[in-house]
Amino acid sequence: MSAVVDAGAIRSWLGLFAEEVGSHVDLLTQLDAAIGDADHGTNLDRGMKAVSGALATADAEPGVLLKTTGMTLVSTVGGASGPLYGTFFLRMAGSASDADSLDPDAFAAALRAGLEGVVARGRAQAGDKTMFDALAPACDALDEALASGATFDDALRAASVAADAGRDATTPMLARKGRASYLGERSVGHQDPGATSAALLVATAARALSTGASP
Amino acid sequence: MKKLINAPADVLAEALLGVEAAHPDLRVDHQNRVIFRGDAPRAGKVGLVSGGGSGHEPLHGGFVGPGMLDAAACGEVFTSPVPDQILAATRGVDGGAGVLHIVKNYTGDVMNFEMAAELADTEVVAVVTDDDVAVQDSLYTVGRRGVGVTVLVEKIAGAAAESGRSLSEVADVARKVNAQGRSMGLALTSCTVPAAGSPTFDLPEDQIEVGIGIHGEPGRTRVPLAPASEMAQMLVDPILDDHEFTGGDGVLAFVNGMGGSPLIELYLMYHEVNRLLGKAGITVARSLVGSYITSLDMAGCSVTLLKLDDELLRLWDAPVRTSALRWGA
Repeated sequence: MSAVVDAGAIRSWLGLFAEEVGSHVDLLTQLDAAIGDADHGTNLDRGMKAVSGALATADAEPGVLLKTTGMTLVSTVGGASGPLYGTFFLRMAGSASDADSLDPDAFAAALRAGLEGVVARGRAQAGDKTMFDALAPACDALDEALASGATFDDALRAASVAADAGRDATTPMLARKGRASYLGERSVGHQDPGATSAALLVATAARALSTGASP
Repeated sequence: MKKLINAPADVLAEALLGVEAAHPDLRVDHQNRVIFRGDAPRAGKVGLVSGGGSGHEPLHGGFVGPGMLDAAACGEVFTSPVPDQILAATRGVDGGAGVLHIVKNYTGDVMNFEMAAELADTEVVAVVTDDDVAVQDSLYTVGRRGVGVTVLVEKIAGAAAESGRSLSEVADVARKVNAQGRSMGLALTSCTVPAAGSPTFDLPEDQIEVGIGIHGEPGRTRVPLAPASEMAQMLVDPILDDHEFTGGDGVLAFVNGMGGSPLIELYLMYHEVNRLLGKAGITVARSLVGSYITSLDMAGCSVTLLKLDDELLRLWDAPVRTSALRWGA
């Protein structure tokens, strides 16, 4: 029960997410080309590279690292992803406050706060075919697993599985937000790029934050 | 795809160097990628800021100057500027009378302008343009895109601000232009984003996309290429179905090129549009023909109609001195 998310864990999560975005640039951009404007991969990659640079010199508690991440994304990504991912991390930072580390419940609460920030900024609802459709099931799965006494590792894995399922479920959806919504019926049959990057965010959290190796 | 560029990543930065060199009466903030009119901020005048992704030139930087915008924030190609840029533009034009943000209705633009307005230390009012009739407007969608009418809003609100009107009055006239304007566009070809290097969508030689936006996104329907007279009808009919344009002081008819169509074709299209409007009993009081809100090298055009009244006529005719629109000054 000693699972905690400290500054080092946040760093490895964001580092891993930056790596995964970097190796999925083409996939994210291709998904966006089908129903958007073909820039999600390159924009998010530019932003996460900037985050890696900013975090390299930042030595602080989780809240400050998350805030730096949010501000950097807002300033470098552009499009809709910048404000959405930026607000996500800024709200996580607000929830983490100045704690030296977050226990599993506090991390879940921070993730939930991030999700609420995304909703406030983008006004998305379930089924709109957006990043919400991957993030919201992940938050729900994390909360439920922790409430039922699962270990943090198992809860994170459950969240990642739920995010992947949520991402896959966007394919048949009719887009109701963002540029994809201009296509109407033509948006059906394409996986949402925002839900795809959001599922990567949750998957990297599961890999980076799991206590597997540590006592 | 051949382009007049050096490295794709440097297109915007190098184009801004050209804007600065060509137009000494403008001031360019290269760090924030903002084009200012040289004498901004003007004390006591409402500041007008617009911006958006690049690739739509002359929108918005070509409309910075007396009688139109005070600043334009330039995002990467087809990517909204970030809040820092919009905030720098807002601060740089704040002459104490507040700042109007003119925002095209795209999710990214709206969010980034919203975040900048929240950070600004002056009064900011945003007017969002959403004139594209190709997009179904309902409670469940993000609504229509802002396209051609944005040019007209910037001209008319710019004239209102120049004449000393208050922020709420300038915002009101901007909203009126948006409410009375409608647009529809078609593409003969896709466009090629410099960083991508290949066309955004495939469009066979004998097909056109009807109901396109300005970012190379596919349109509402794909139909066989037709004579200009029929293509004009495909653009004018949905506009007239959507809004009442007869009566009053007539309309402003705006035939806009998407970037890759020559002016001779735009005038030919204007002739067709004008003929259709005449048949529908609509009086054309003012016209604008040319490539003013573009989608890089896309071939095609859009039609925008604006219902005029005495006030809008006066403001449209007022002097303007920008690199792309210039009369009476």
